[in-house]
Amino acid sequence: MTIHQEIPLGLRNLKLTPLEAEIDRGTPEREGPPVTLMIDGVTITVPEGTSIMRAASLADRQIPKLCASDNVEAWGSCRLCLVEIEGVKGTPSSCTTPVREGMRVTTQNARLERLRKGVMELYISDHPLDCLTCPTNGDCELQDMAGVVGLREVRYGMDGDNHFDAAHKVPIDVSNPYFQYDASKCIVCSLCVRACEEVQGTFALTIEGRGFESRVSPGILSDDFFSSDCVSCGACVQACPTATLVEKSIVEHGTPRREVITTCAYCGVGCAFKAEMQGEEIVRMTPWKNGGANEGHSCVKGRFAFGYATHKDRVLTPMVREKITDPWRPVDWEEAIGFAARRLLEIRDEHGAGAIGGITSSRCTNEEVYVVQKMIRAAFGNNNVDTCARVCHSPTGYGLKTTLGTSAGTQDFKSVDKSDVILVIGANPTDAHPVFGSRMKKRLRQGAKLIVADPRRIDLVRSPHVRAEHHLQLRPGTNVALMNALAHVIVTEGLVNEAFVAERCDMTEFERWRGFVAEERNSPEALSEILGVPADELRAAARLYATGGNAAIYYGLGVTEHSQGSTMVMAMANLAMATGNIGHDGVGINPLRGQNNVQGSCDMGSFPHEFTGYRHVSDKEVRSTFEADWGVTLDAEPGLRIPNMFASALDGSFRGLYVQGEDIAQSDPNTRHVTAALKALDLLIVQDLFLNETALYAHVFLPGTSFLEKDGTFTNAERRINRVRPVMREQQGMSEWETVCRISEAMGYPMTYENEAEIMDEIARLTPTFALVSHARLDAEGSMQWPVNEAHPDGSPIMHVDGFVRGKGRFMVTEYVPTEERANRRFPLILTTGRILSQYNVGAQTRRTENSLWHPEDSLEIHPFDAEERGVADGDLVAITSRVGQTTLRAMVSERMPQGVVYTTFHHPFSGANVITTDYSDWATNCPEFKVTAVQVMPTNRPSAWQEEYTQTAPGSRRIHTATAAE
Amino acid sequence: MSDNEAENELVRMANEIAAFFKPYPHDEAVADISQHILDFWDPRMRRAMIAHLEAGGEGLQPLALEGLEAALRPAPAA
Ligand code: SF4
Ligand code: SF4
Ligand code: SF4
Ligand code: FES
Repeated sequence: MTIHQEIPLGLRNLKLTPLEAEIDRGTPEREGPPVTLMIDGVTITVPEGTSIMRAASLADRQIPKLCASDNVEAWGSCRLCLVEIEGVKGTPSSCTTPVREGMRVTTQNARLERLRKGVMELYISDHPLDCLTCPTNGDCELQDMAGVVGLREVRYGMDGDNHFDAAHKVPIDVSNPYFQYDASKCIVCSLCVRACEEVQGTFALTIEGRGFESRVSPGILSDDFFSSDCVSCGACVQACPTATLVEKSIVEHGTPRREVITTCAYCGVGCAFKAEMQGEEIVRMTPWKNGGANEGHSCVKGRFAFGYATHKDRVLTPMVREKITDPWRPVDWEEAIGFAARRLLEIRDEHGAGAIGGITSSRCTNEEVYVVQKMIRAAFGNNNVDTCARVCHSPTGYGLKTTLGTSAGTQDFKSVDKSDVILVIGANPTDAHPVFGSRMKKRLRQGAKLIVADPRRIDLVRSPHVRAEHHLQLRPGTNVALMNALAHVIVTEGLVNEAFVAERCDMTEFERWRGFVAEERNSPEALSEILGVPADELRAAARLYATGGNAAIYYGLGVTEHSQGSTMVMAMANLAMATGNIGHDGVGINPLRGQNNVQGSCDMGSFPHEFTGYRHVSDKEVRSTFEADWGVTLDAEPGLRIPNMFASALDGSFRGLYVQGEDIAQSDPNTRHVTAALKALDLLIVQDLFLNETALYAHVFLPGTSFLEKDGTFTNAERRINRVRPVMREQQGMSEWETVCRISEAMGYPMTYENEAEIMDEIARLTPTFALVSHARLDAEGSMQWPVNEAHPDGSPIMHVDGFVRGKGRFMVTEYVPTEERANRRFPLILTTGRILSQYNVGAQTRRTENSLWHPEDSLEIHPFDAEERGVADGDLVAITSRVGQTTLRAMVSERMPQGVVYTTFHHPFSGANVITTDYSDWATNCPEFKVTAVQVMPTNRPSAWQEEYTQTAPGSRRIHTATAAE
Repeated sequence: MSDNEAENELVRMANEIAAFFKPYPHDEAVADISQHILDFWDPRMRRAMIAHLEAGGEGLQPLALEGLEAALRPAPAA
């Protein structure tokens, strides 16, 4: 591993040096016809609508400013940025004055200098002069500007009316765990207010009061930040030019000394960050302005919740044990690796090659995932490799590959800026993909129309300045029926884009599909009752999608985690093809991926039937390229998928499992079934940061590395390959890929790489869609979106531009087949699951940060009517029972739920939400049906039997032998 | 999970696969079901299904049965 000392250049599109790219130009970029003007004698051409301030900055004539920033619209309040314009009286502010052809601007002369000094003087007279002990000393724009304008004295004195002396100062608001608000330092520039509105889209802040009285306030009804609408994204903190809003970490530790550009390891948005460091300690994470996915924005997880990486629960020593009832025995790496390899070989010799396998992680880098699947295929000698993406997005792979020819979303995130109609299905972007959610909201505020299809009234349906045109509040499990109803309207009302279909799609398949959806039984009127959505609402939504301009579909796990997940993905692709909404900006069909590297782990050959780049193992030509490169004979038969691994573990034919960075015991459905399977194994190897739920059943624990220690790449939901760079050494002494290579070697198949870049070279060599990817290129040119090859040397922001990857687009007939999991008298409610903003997946990381303040426990959302009928009040304990199990949660009575549907998240192990989910699954991929479980809810006064058992046994199985425990 | 449950599980999976392809013309559907089984089922699942077929194929929808027969008999790959 190499610790990167320099900020790598990542600026292919900008053609700027990194320093320049990070300059704040004062006002946002504009698009428009060119306008030429002269600033301080320098001629410059910029798009119409650009401010003088921005133009001046581009001409390298930075104008002093306090209330402007290029990520929000100008406001014109500080008057520091004034300029003279030939032929114009007075001194207009440059941030609010657009350029005009032939304009002549002066940014600096004696008069402007005098005026600016006057402005600064006023500001400073109401600002404490404690710069030396101020948290942002050296990182404060007020300080900088005082220097720039040459302020040398404050004639008004410092003892007039002010906000900072003992008599006036209000207490610092420290309610937010990550940042504080010290009103005495506020210059009322409103940058925070605008950042919250324009960048984040939350509208939590206002300027309260007038004139001297005015101050920033987090909402009218709340007294502090924590109890306000604030979602703690940190955009305001980043925008604040003073120490008014500042990270607590900066208050505590001081300003950073070095920075490393890396990628967030939480969700599929894949935000780029500057990790700002003091030595080996992170003092701040700042979203990187040049990050292709986030362009300078972030959410509470990425910006603030990195503390888990150095949490005391992290296990840094390898450990082994003979039986899972034994205490763990800390050992050195060599012993752990030897133990793992020996036991794997023993099982293989005794029970055959098919008896061992592994699961790759969507949280690990492409390079790490690649070596694990290689170890399994080459050293284990079978294709028993699957990935946790099985339980989330495998239907996306199957559905998009069948219809369009490749298993990936069609657009880049930026594309949404050009959408006119946005259809969100089974996704909750403001919680699960917050930075993309903000981007989407921005577009919606500009006037794009929104259709939400979700059983739950998610925030997007109604949030500040965003209203969904249609909220199709369908019953869980009826997605395919919904698509068929929409398609029916499009086909029967003549809304098909015939020219597009004729040119791009297979006509036989299209005609078959057209005939199918046109059948009366697929009409909105016929399906209305099944869906629980009025027919005219369905018709109106279909018309809007088909005729409203660029229409884009964004979907999440609410689509895939169903028994008809794959069918649904195909149905959405049908709709996009029929209306020509594919192949250019603003349209497409886009999975919002859960974990950060779901896309990458799938790309890297983690499925039991596919090599890297989605090529079937039975394809002889493909297989032989791998055989030649790896020097082994490979199995041509598909291996076991995760659910089949569990089934085979129970029947005794599968006995040894390697699990990379995943907590399958918590994240997979029907917990009892999963734990029974794990207990049946002879050998379970877990590589993770923490002794997670799965590790309770493990025999070997290999400590993993956090993303802060990894060197490699993650691929986000828009196929963007982002560099992940280490900011500190491996805390446990060995990179994960090296551990894997050493196990493989001990099993008799050596894998040797000098570094991670070599692994990527091998991936590129063997994977046509990655042919021109290398770490060197990513470092020099910035992130790239695959395919990156001869045909697309700089990558592919948008797919299927000149035709579908599979040739002709293939319409699939998507019959609605109701799930077998149905509500009945005994289980009259449908439980559906999801996630919230502050927590992440099984919560192993976020629970170990202050983020838990926002979500200390999972609760059950239930409609007031359903609650009343059962005598349940808000906050009561309730028992939730399904066919397979029971758990207890606290009820949250909420009108967001339709009657008959209840909802929970699964961020805490004790909740045992998956104790009740069943093992029904998608017909094509066995992706579990998390989104539909028939349940009964009843008041209770105690934890469920499972929870009691868990409380008793879990601590025991985590026991470490203390005599030899290395601290 | 008992053998029986595991077998039921395979039967359910096969029936669900068949349910998807059912709207297609019969021969196409049989071929697609068969290909799906070959593409995605690991050898031991196929062996278990062969055993189930030999025991009479209880619980399988007619179309699923045809697809499975085409995939697994007379030339089981494993
Ligand atoms: S942290 Fe984000 S949501 Fe909260 S006030 Fe600041 S900008 Fe708004
Ligand atoms: S808190 Fe900071 S950004 Fe907000 S108005 Fe005050 S000085 Fe400006
Ligand atoms: S969790 Fe997702 S949205 Fe939030 S910072 Fe990380 S990548 Fe960005
Ligand atoms: S920067 Fe233009 S008025 Fe403040």
